[in-house]
Formats: sequence, structure tokens, C-alpha cells
Amino acid sequence: MSTLAHVFEAEGLATVSLISIRKVAETMRPPRALYCEFPLGRPLGKPQDAEFQHDVLQHAFATLEFAAGPVLRDHPVVIELDDATPLACAVPPRFDATLAPAVDELIALRAAFDRTRNARGGVTSVGRAVAVDDLAAEMQKLVAIVDGAPWNEVGLRDNPVGIAHDLRTYYEEAALALNDDPPAPGAAESWYYEITEGGRAVLAARLAMRDQGAPFPIWFYMARATR
Amino acid sequence: MSTDHDMRAYAGNLPMPVFDSVAFVVPPPLAECSVAIVTTAALHSSHDDGYTNTDTSYRVINRTDRDLVLGHWSPNFDRAGFAADLDVVFPINRLEELAARRIIGSVAPRHLAFAGNQEDTVSSLRLDAGPRAARELLADGVDVVLLTPV
Repeated sequence: MSTLAHVFEAEGLATVSLISIRKVAETMRPPRALYCEFPLGRPLGKPQDAEFQHDVLQHAFATLEFAAGPVLRDHPVVIELDDATPLACAVPPRFDATLAPAVDELIALRAAFDRTRNARGGVTSVGRAVAVDDLAAEMQKLVAIVDGAPWNEVGLRDNPVGIAHDLRTYYEEAALALNDDPPAPGAAESWYYEITEGGRAVLAARLAMRDQGAPFPIWFYMARATR
Repeated sequence: MSTDHDMRAYAGNLPMPVFDSVAFVVPPPLAECSVAIVTTAALHSSHDDGYTNTDTSYRVINRTDRDLVLGHWSPNFDRAGFAADLDVVFPINRLEELAARRIIGSVAPRHLAFAGNQEDTVSSLRLDAGPRAARELLADGVDVVLLTPV
């Protein structure tokens, strides 16, 4: 992003960068930058908090008042990633005992997912690799990998990283419909990986793929590096 | 220790391009400026193509588009915030409010999204996609670009 700031400015556009990693701004010196120590993924800090977002923009646009640069300022508020506390979000009870728990759970969350999608006019970030209707089948394949099937023989429809993205996004979007407030930073992710059958199945499949000798980029990027 | 702390430490120590000089444009007063958002969050309209994991191209987001999908490949950031509120990544509604209050001059008709990818030489951003994107914005009369990451 800092590269773009330099390029744009050289072309005649004034730029203001919201920076999430201060060391990057210190090294790359974009013309004007506001360092925001907010959770990665939330550069404006707080979802559904227009007042706070306006405060961030006010600090950002204040850097336009300088006559020379580079300018690097810090937003005064720090928001920590609370990744130790999973979202307090109910998971559905077992319904079909003939299905793997992760598959059964995924199917049961469909109504919640649909509520979130409908609230956004039918828009979802699921679908990079797998359509929503095909997610259960892909989850079943990951469960098979955990049970010992070779990862490259179960018939995954696409890159496992993309499938893992779609599964996580499906759960996190479903979780929005099961809570009144926007999730605290990292809380939905922690709920998915630590509480749900689906998230735990993905992590287990990731480790099984590693142990089966799958290429590093294929299994590693199926979840956050620190998991 | 939060995972974000670890990610910041890791990313902050990766090799980065160094710019010897810093171009610096002094814009008109903000109340007269047309403002565009350029994000590296790999956003795209639900009707537009997504990104590959090495994509250095960009997508155009029209001022009225709200059907935006988060297409970034990295698993290393919070995604639930965007799912709950587009503006926490792409503050288009906040810009509209600033324009209505005459704090900014106007909201640009088109905004852009990159996927946060670059080669070690950053040559495509410096020599191709970056300048091309800038010229598109200049053609729209943009004065100020707000850059947002994820």
C-alpha cells in the first residue's frame, strides 16, 4: 500500500494512508500516514461505530494540512485483538447422527448464514472456491482426510486454501446472525477454530495434510499462521 | 501476546522497497477536494472477478456499489469486522456523510481495490498498475486518495 502512495503522489494525487504496521511506514515513508493500532482487518477500528470511524478519518485527513512530508502520525486509541475469548455464540445441537459432526453442524448453520446474507442483499464473501451449496461436501472430504484418506485423492474441488477460506467465512457470517453486536476483534475466528466442530475439523485436516507431505503453501495457509 | 502482535513483528521485518525521495502533492483545501478510496483489501463487486493469490491488478468500485466481497487470500486478519460493516475497511458511507457536511468537496465516482500483492521488485505496481490506476482517478477529477489496508 505504501508503494501505491508513492506512485500516486508522483502522478499528482495527494494520498493519506491508514497504516496497520508502523515499521512499514517508518521504512517505506509514504507521504502521509496515520498509524492505527487496531486489529488487522479493521483499519477503521470499530464496525458499526460511525462516530469512531469519523474520528479516524478526521485524524487521517489532518495530515493533509502539512506542507511537506513524509508525515507519520499515530491515532491515539489502541484496540487490542482479543483473540483469547471466543464469541459467546451457540452451536447447533446434533441433528443427523449419520453425518460427521462437522458436516451436521455446517448444515444446521445454514439458516443463520442465510439471514446474514439476506441482510446484505444477497452478498456473501463465500464462493472464492466453493459455492455455499457445496460446502458440506467439501467439509466431508476434509473429515475424510482427518480419518486418513490421502488429501490429494478425496476429490477436493479447488485449492484447499480457498476451500478453507470459504468454510471460515461461512461460519463467521453465520455467527453474525446469532449475535446482536458485531463480534469483538478475533472473537468470531476463535469461536470457529476453538468451539465449532467445523473449525476444529479444518485445523485437524490441515495438520493431517502436513503429515501426509502436502506442499507447504497448500496446507499452511488454510488457517492463520499462528494456528 | 496477540496474534496481531506476532504478525506485525513478522511483517515489519520482511524486506521492503525503500524510496529515496518522497513525492508530495499539496492538495486544495479538503472542502474542495474530490476524495477516492483505494484499498488493498482485495474488495470487488459480487458481479466482478475475484483475485488470484498473486494478482497485482485492480478492480473498479463504483461510488454506489455496496455489494462488495472480501477477496483477500491471507488468513491472517480478522474478517468478521468486514462481514459486519463494510465501512470498517472501505469507509464509503463515511465519505458520503463528510461530503453532505461539506467537510470534503465530493466523493469520487470511482474507487479502486488492489489485492495487496507485489513482487519483490514492486515493478508492476510502480510501472504498470499503479500509474494506470492513478491516471484513472485523475481523469475522474480526484484530488485526494485515502488508502486503506486490511
